[in-house]
Amino acid sequence: MPLLSPADQDKLRAAFDEMTSPVRVLFFTQALDCDTCVQARQILDELPPLSGKITIEEVNFILDKEKAAQYGIDRVPALALVGEKSDSRIRFLGAPSGYEFISLVQAVLLVGGRGTSLTPENLARVASVDKPMTMKVFTTPT
Amino acid sequence: MAFANPLITAYAVEATEFPDLARRYHVSGVPKTVVNETIEILGGLPQDLFVEQALQPPA
Repeated sequence: MPLLSPADQDKLRAAFDEMTSPVRVLFFTQALDCDTCVQARQILDELPPLSGKITIEEVNFILDKEKAAQYGIDRVPALALVGEKSDSRIRFLGAPSGYEFISLVQAVLLVGGRGTSLTPENLARVASVDKPMTMKVFTTPT
Repeated sequence: MAFANPLITAYAVEATEFPDLARRYHVSGVPKTVVNETIEILGGLPQDLFVEQALQPPA
């Protein structure tokens, strides 16, 4: 049973059609002690049927600690969005349900070729950051 | 912003799923953004203001 209505699937399919490059979603998960990992997987499974450019790669958080560290993941469920040429360094912690799903779609489109929505001025300011910077944006599904 | 600069990493954190993080960063409302563990930005701001606050020099 798909989570998305046929109408929403059509809208997403049209949006993803604009993608010019593939996006890999690394899905960090574990079988036990993770209440929302199954839910996260169900949500993610909605995406690849809507676009040949989106792939989900499951990473076992317990067994593959090295990969988790490489992508800065210290809890599950978590997502890392990887573009064709490089890691986007965009992460999601927690199941991407509700509004988070919309954020995920936006992030996939961004990485998949739509490009930044920053104004040229803000893009220049952001590009001038010369030290590592970590941003955490807290949200809720509703 | 992470997309625009390889030195920037961005996490979207589901606050209700990780109450420990929500507590640690004193999240009482969303959206709330924490930059480099120090700068706190409350609410959704227009892009110019958000970028300005996120890039402000550490106090």
